[in-house]
Amino acid sequence: MISKRIIPCLDVKDGQVVKGVNFVELRYAGSAVELAERYYHEGADELVFLDITASIEKRKTLVELVEKVSEVIRIPFTVGGGISELNDIEALLRAGADKVSLNSSIVKNPLLITEAAKRFGSQAIVAAIDVKSVGGVKKIFIKGGKEETELEGLSWCKKVNELCAGEILLTSMDHDGTKVGYDLEFLKQVVESVTIPVIASGGAGEKKHFLDAFKIGVDACLAASLFHYEELAIKDLKQYLQSNGIRVRL
Amino acid sequence: MITLIDYGAGNTASVANVLKDLDCEFVISNKEIDICNAEKIIFPGVGEASFVVRKLHMLNLFSLLRLIKKPMLGICLGMQLLCDKSKEGDVACLGIFPVTTEKFDETKIKVPHMGWNQIKYAKQSKLFDGIPEGEYFYFANSYYVPVNEYATSVCSYGIDFCSSLEKDNFYGVQFHPEKSGQAGIQIIKNFVEKC
Repeated sequence: MISKRIIPCLDVKDGQVVKGVNFVELRYAGSAVELAERYYHEGADELVFLDITASIEKRKTLVELVEKVSEVIRIPFTVGGGISELNDIEALLRAGADKVSLNSSIVKNPLLITEAAKRFGSQAIVAAIDVKSVGGVKKIFIKGGKEETELEGLSWCKKVNELCAGEILLTSMDHDGTKVGYDLEFLKQVVESVTIPVIASGGAGEKKHFLDAFKIGVDACLAASLFHYEELAIKDLKQYLQSNGIRVRL
Repeated sequence: MITLIDYGAGNTASVANVLKDLDCEFVISNKEIDICNAEKIIFPGVGEASFVVRKLHMLNLFSLLRLIKKPMLGICLGMQLLCDKSKEGDVACLGIFPVTTEKFDETKIKVPHMGWNQIKYAKQSKLFDGIPEGEYFYFANSYYVPVNEYATSVCSYGIDFCSSLEKDNFYGVQFHPEKSGQAGIQIIKNFVEKC
């Protein structure tokens, strides 16, 4: 049987890992390549690198970083941030990334998902979706959480599924960095409405939060600061999950 | 020398990094001459089947890869392309293994099959020397090769499917050994040293 995945997320700015609260107040957490290597040896199942400045500065992402990371780790990883063209995707996959995560660009051009899936396979295309409650409605935000869109959360998740995304990385902006737990209610709605794997993101603060998310059916849990600042060891987390009946790779 | 085939959508860098770790001589190429001169061939895979088959025809490699007598390891899509046909883009593939690649049923299970899964051995294979049964490997596939007489290991995701295949000089693994930690490195080492 397939195991549930634990994914440290590295928000990268100029090669350094940073972490904010509710998408602002950045704090440095070390070199991306060194952290990646540490997580590989500590038993992470996968890593995600998000270039948090890319989309705003219109900068092409991180082929060089991808090359360096793929030299030191032997687990899959996803990269995102400012990716808007098939050629960008090709360059990143060729450099050693397994998947790309697309966010702002697919809101502007949803068919990019389908084109990319046709060329590289769905498994390489992650739809990253940032959701925030606005007047009781889950709205989609783009450009690193800076710009509100007209899109509603659940219907956009269904749409990226139809367009052949391989996975949804669902981040709750309301929960991000707060350590109050994942947005279980919304995650459950999404998991029940799509046919592709869902990665929970935003809000993990303790082991039980991961267990709660896996129990409602998410396939992977992502966390950042908990791991960066060594508040939680991946191995301890996995042992806890296993002893609570969740299948993990130990 | 090993030739790592680059067809434009493959994840060649990751496999190359493992070969570097193993101090193995290799070239990354899509030229006939480098395939003819290789001792062994690795055919990595990320991409969409019909796109890659078109690429192989354009590069004039299709017939060469069918007929080659050197050890060749197909990875993920590379393994699926060793089969007769693929339902991904309804395309005729290399025809080494007499079986058709099918799509997982998304009404029954989440597709793609994405993450770490365990394999069970079906037959002895040099590729798995030193690797205990039940080891986890990293998979990322929407399509699968049905279990058949050439399966050396089987994985389960909704249904049982082929996680590795072997016939004559052709080897295939559905998972990504280059992304499966120490056990995956061992698979590539075994291919380089023992196959």
